[in-house]
Amino acid sequence: MELTKRYGATLALAGLTMTVPRGQVFGFLGPNGAGKTTAVKLLLGLLPPTAGEGWVLGRSIRDVEARRRVGYLPEHFRYQPWLSGREVLGLHCRLAGLARATWPEEVDRALRLVGLQEWADRRVHAYSKGMQQRLGLAVALLGSPELVILDEPTSALDPVGRYQVRQVIHHLRERGTAVFLNSHLLTEVEMICDRVAMVDRGRVIATGTLDELLGGHAVRLRVGGLDLRQRASLDRFGRVDDDGEWITLRGLAPDRVPELVTEVVAMGGRVYAVEPRQQSLEDRFLQLLGGEG
Amino acid sequence: MLSARIVLIFARLAVWEASRRRLLLAVAVLTLIVIAATAWGFSKLAGPTLDRGQPLSQTELRVIASQLLIVIAFLFAAVLALMAAVVGAPSISGELESGLALALLARPVRRAEMVLGKWLGLGALLVVYAVLSGALELIVVDLTTSYLPPHPVQLIAYVTGVGLILLTLTLFLSTRLAGMTAGIVPLICYFMAWIGGIVGGAGQALANDTLTAIGTATNLLLPTDGLWRGAVYAMEPAAVVAGLQQAGPAAAASPFSAAHPPAPAFLVWTAVWFLAMLALTLWSMHTREV
Repeated sequence: MELTKRYGATLALAGLTMTVPRGQVFGFLGPNGAGKTTAVKLLLGLLPPTAGEGWVLGRSIRDVEARRRVGYLPEHFRYQPWLSGREVLGLHCRLAGLARATWPEEVDRALRLVGLQEWADRRVHAYSKGMQQRLGLAVALLGSPELVILDEPTSALDPVGRYQVRQVIHHLRERGTAVFLNSHLLTEVEMICDRVAMVDRGRVIATGTLDELLGGHAVRLRVGGLDLRQRASLDRFGRVDDDGEWITLRGLAPDRVPELVTEVVAMGGRVYAVEPRQQSLEDRFLQLLGGEG
Repeated sequence: MLSARIVLIFARLAVWEASRRRLLLAVAVLTLIVIAATAWGFSKLAGPTLDRGQPLSQTELRVIASQLLIVIAFLFAAVLALMAAVVGAPSISGELESGLALALLARPVRRAEMVLGKWLGLGALLVVYAVLSGALELIVVDLTTSYLPPHPVQLIAYVTGVGLILLTLTLFLSTRLAGMTAGIVPLICYFMAWIGGIVGGAGQALANDTLTAIGTATNLLLPTDGLWRGAVYAMEPAAVVAGLQQAGPAAAASPFSAAHPPAPAFLVWTAVWFLAMLALTLWSMHTREV
């Protein structure tokens, strides 16, 4: 609630208020420097808020215990290069306070989930960047956390690695784990997130489910033979956006498209093209950043 | 409440890192070479001398051995100070800069536990190094010259104190400064404190209050030279101490001599300094943004 973070004169986060529901994949989007990583660090108690309060799994973010059931993959991930992957995971089992008897099983399960079994006993300094990110993901998955915070989790991964991360996130959701996904890869967010918050210059500018955010369907028409008044009269089908050549109607259900075309023809218009489309997250994002939202 | 379990995890991690990075091996090998070299040197001391063609008397041997041992101990104290600075400087700043600390501190871990753990782990390394290398050197000197300093335990305790003081200062700086800066600054301070001690001694010898005050001030700001003088006193045979006391203030100017053991008030101050620096380090880390 109203989380605020200031660095001197720079306002990194200006009264962030949002809720991440348990068991859902929550996408946190924004351009570079929007305050995404700052928000994550505040949630994890890595930075103290200048003002406001936050709760993680029912505990204040100022309480160390809030982090007990949380897994975290930092954006700038780095793990002890002088340890093996298995040893890094063992270290985090200790720090997380997991029961000693569960460590070997936990470590093996995490390694399997991220596909690092064959490299488990090699030192981290021999890992590629992508492998280190997989290790970071494995660290975040240890101990079946109730919330997993992933800060740009696929930044160092190839397409196969990205696919695998999406599978891991799906798996987490099925298990009822909340996932907080910080990303600027919009297509990725569109593929896996249940809810999304968009942040810009430290403020949430939109939040909701993908359907709510994208405002449903739209249709693009290229029409001739209608005057301006007639073109504008189509607003009873949806919000009209007319650039002179193309008319875009937002919020129009696909089953009303034939009715729309019939109406245009009845008014004496000639229809050259009809393109039903769903607004992409990217379109919506750019629209919001441009202040058109 | 701080968790001893978490503190020990970080302590073990610090020792583990030193071992994995082959620091322990390198230091052990070099130290053994130094001790072997000094053993050879001391063994030659006990033999016939060039000008007389006959061995030194037992008293002469003891005095010379004690003076040489003081110089060697100075080397060990400086090595310990270097180790404290070099190992301590990147241990916090490096992990903060690289992002390594992010994953660790996102666990249910207090920063104080991390700092205390590192201090404990690195401090334990310094203590073990000082005790083992000190004991080995004393055994070697005893075997080659039959000379053992009058207070061997105090000697090792004071030298260890120098290392721990420097480690604590370095860790404090490491919470705020880049690794190289956090390493260089304590070393400069260490040698300045040593020079400050010499200046203070010269002040005593010359009855110059300003110089004496400079010596006192540097010793209060960084009590390493005072501890070093305690180590020197612990190494001096009774005859040397008696000679120095007879010589009066004039003897105070040498950084390799001490007519008196450190005053109890100074030792109390050192303990206060040490705890205050540790508290400052914890506060500095607690308020730092990562």
